[in-house]
Amino acid sequence: MVVATQGVFELDDVSVAYGKETAIAGVSMGIEAHAVTALIGPSGCGKSTLLRCLNRMNDELGNVTVGGRIELDGLDIYEGGIDPVDLRMQVGMVFQRPNPFPMSIYDNVAYGPRTQGIRKKAELDELIEDSLKRAALWKEVKDSLKKHAFELSGGQQQRLCIARALATRPEVLLMDEPASALDPISTQQIEDTVSELKDSVTIVIVTHNMQQAARISDTTAFMLRESMERPATLVEIGDTKTMFTNPSDKRTESYITGRFG
Amino acid sequence: MQTPSERQMARRGRPGISRAADAVVNKLIALSGWIAIVILAGIFIFLVINAQKALHEVGLLAMLRGSDWFPTSDPAEFGFLPAEVGSIWVTLIALLMSVPFGIMAAIYLSEFATGTFKEIAKSLVEFMAAVPSVVLGLLGLAFVVPWVRATFGLSSGLTAFLAGVVVGILTLPTIISISEDALHNVPDALRQGSLALGNTRWQTIYKVVVPAAGSGIFAAVMLGLGRAIGETMVVLMLAGNSGLVIATPLDAARTLTGTIAGEMAEVVRGGLHFSVLFAMALVLFGVTFVVNLAADIVLERQRARWRR
Amino acid sequence: MSRRRTRTSAARAVETLMKFITGACLFGMMALTVAILGAIVWRGAGSITPEFIFAMPKDNMTAGGIWPAIVGTFWLVMGTAAFAVPIGVAAGVYLGEYAKRGLGTRIIRLSIANMAGVPSIVYGLFGLSVFVMVLKFNQSVLSGSLTLACLTLPVIITSTEESLRQVPADLRQASLALGATRLRTILRVVLPAAAPGIVTGSILGLSRAAGETAPILVTAAAFSAPLPRTPFDRIMALPYHLYIMATQAVKPAPNIVWGTALVLVAGVTAVGVAAAAWRSRQRRKIRW
Repeated sequence: MVVATQGVFELDDVSVAYGKETAIAGVSMGIEAHAVTALIGPSGCGKSTLLRCLNRMNDELGNVTVGGRIELDGLDIYEGGIDPVDLRMQVGMVFQRPNPFPMSIYDNVAYGPRTQGIRKKAELDELIEDSLKRAALWKEVKDSLKKHAFELSGGQQQRLCIARALATRPEVLLMDEPASALDPISTQQIEDTVSELKDSVTIVIVTHNMQQAARISDTTAFMLRESMERPATLVEIGDTKTMFTNPSDKRTESYITGRFG
Repeated sequence: MQTPSERQMARRGRPGISRAADAVVNKLIALSGWIAIVILAGIFIFLVINAQKALHEVGLLAMLRGSDWFPTSDPAEFGFLPAEVGSIWVTLIALLMSVPFGIMAAIYLSEFATGTFKEIAKSLVEFMAAVPSVVLGLLGLAFVVPWVRATFGLSSGLTAFLAGVVVGILTLPTIISISEDALHNVPDALRQGSLALGNTRWQTIYKVVVPAAGSGIFAAVMLGLGRAIGETMVVLMLAGNSGLVIATPLDAARTLTGTIAGEMAEVVRGGLHFSVLFAMALVLFGVTFVVNLAADIVLERQRARWRR
Repeated sequence: MSRRRTRTSAARAVETLMKFITGACLFGMMALTVAILGAIVWRGAGSITPEFIFAMPKDNMTAGGIWPAIVGTFWLVMGTAAFAVPIGVAAGVYLGEYAKRGLGTRIIRLSIANMAGVPSIVYGLFGLSVFVMVLKFNQSVLSGSLTLACLTLPVIITSTEESLRQVPADLRQASLALGATRLRTILRVVLPAAAPGIVTGSILGLSRAAGETAPILVTAAAFSAPLPRTPFDRIMALPYHLYIMATQAVKPAPNIVWGTALVLVAGVTAVGVAAAAWRSRQRRKIRW
């Protein structure tokens, strides 16, 4: 079933608990379509956990309870009728460390579409070229699509993973610190790609690099876990420029000016 | 004409039939997970079923304690004692040989050997483990029997001693590889700590590494024990064939495994002798089950300790 | 100070001694293995002629070849593989990818470990009572294969689970995030990546099964049988053939005995070495 049409998320009082321990609570925010929303905060503040709620990857861990309401284009994604497998074709994910499959570049990008049932070579070729172009990798690999993915450099592998995620034509792309394992040049390339992608895809990016958030995002959300006894919360969310020049919350200001985290 | 992206949108989500196929395959996989339990239980059940006649008409205790094995005479005698004693002698000799040598070899392999030599040594151990037991029996017949005959002045070299030695050779690879595994899994930090205190490599080995690997080595010995008890072909070919309780290992002997294998082909299916052999197999199964269970529990505990 | 020095030099002397002793044990074992291999090759190499391999036995096993025994062993191994590999891999997949920690899984693991330690003659009796008698397959390739399959299952299950465990977790994550089900992830990503290990483990297990005598003593083998035409025929098999020749009163020509031994061992080792070599080549391709 098709869930998303635009890629607009609405979170209402969302909480996540692992067994008895509540990791995050009381998160209410909206994610706009065709824009980049950054989740920032010190390590352990639950940003990755929150991100993984948006494509229900947390379901895979077992003992996880998600409270509150998460709506994608008006539909509650945790409601009984929705299959997380379908959801993930519309909400894609790129991980912190590049994780291409041990296959050729072509087969990596074709994996998602093939899962969707697309078999004809012409269609696949077109999709793969388009995805690799959007990920800014096409020029470098167009003559060697049968090359094994592991022969690419770290930065190229990550862009391959982006292309692979884009091949299912998702409305939303979740990125969990996609550049943290890469060198500065590759990081720059990823950031440029993100800026170009936002016209066609809603992007939610978790990053521990504040300057990166300031550079590429339109909206920034700051999360914080103040002590181990209380769950992490969303402290403030707003327009990026405003957040970084004139944050409303004192804790945001402390984090941004580098007083902790 | 739809655009590619429209076509893709229309295809998203999986059709119902692949969902159904998924469910079936998942069920099949889950079912095969239980196959080991099914077979193990099945072995026990079928052994018991076929041993029923013997257990009823002769009685388990009578079989276990009986010292006469005359299955074909009238009245027939079905005492397991000769075979039990034979099995014990063979296993004892096998372990006396393979445990000290095996552990020593494992120590060298794990703590001293390096590089190509280590690779070659490991490959040779693997190769030894792969030699079929019937081939070792043949080699025993051809090369070791004459030597035994000459050294001990016997008319026939087929003795419990000979079988024990060859079974020992058979068990060596098991003891070496599992002990080496256990030693290898001891964290290097422990070795470093001991060396830093001024101990030599050897002192580190016997004071720190071996005790730390203790349960793994114990498991290796248990598994070797199980292997030795269960060995069939070597004893069939080399232990000789006497139905009496032997006095010294230099006599010809029989073992539980040898008796079963040797006589099974000749008995009437469903008869009493047939059933007694199944009872013997049940005893064998019980012993190896307990030994393997102990080894596995110990190994699992060791694995859990290092997992943390 | 000098007392400490003597203690150290004594300890050093002990170390050298023990290093020598343990090394001698290892070296002794290695020498023994080489001697075993050498003896078989020395005694058997002379018999290996094309006629020996491909001809039928003559004069009541005192001349001719051992072709039917080779064919019999071949079919036994194929049959064993047909039963043990699919079930064993599926069980390994269950343990590695689906099973949750708990009592049930623990019991399954214990059962597998225990199965590996059951004496081969007990498997023979199990096969006799179930396949030969109850299912009425009689002594046949089928009964022998099913029996050997039970014997080989633990090895295949264990090596499958091990190989699956070595596939990194983030590959599974990537596949799930792309909208694949767990099953598809296993079939398209994890199993292909684990294939080299699984194949090698299976081949090693099967080559051991090829050398087993006790299980087929009562479920399949005959000393003299024609080439099998159906799975329900009795067959000759290399290990059984060797056993009978080595122990009967009327000794057959020694060159046949040693030739058979060499063929058996060469088959087992050659297969094992080939499997291990293939696996290291595959591993080099997939650099984790």
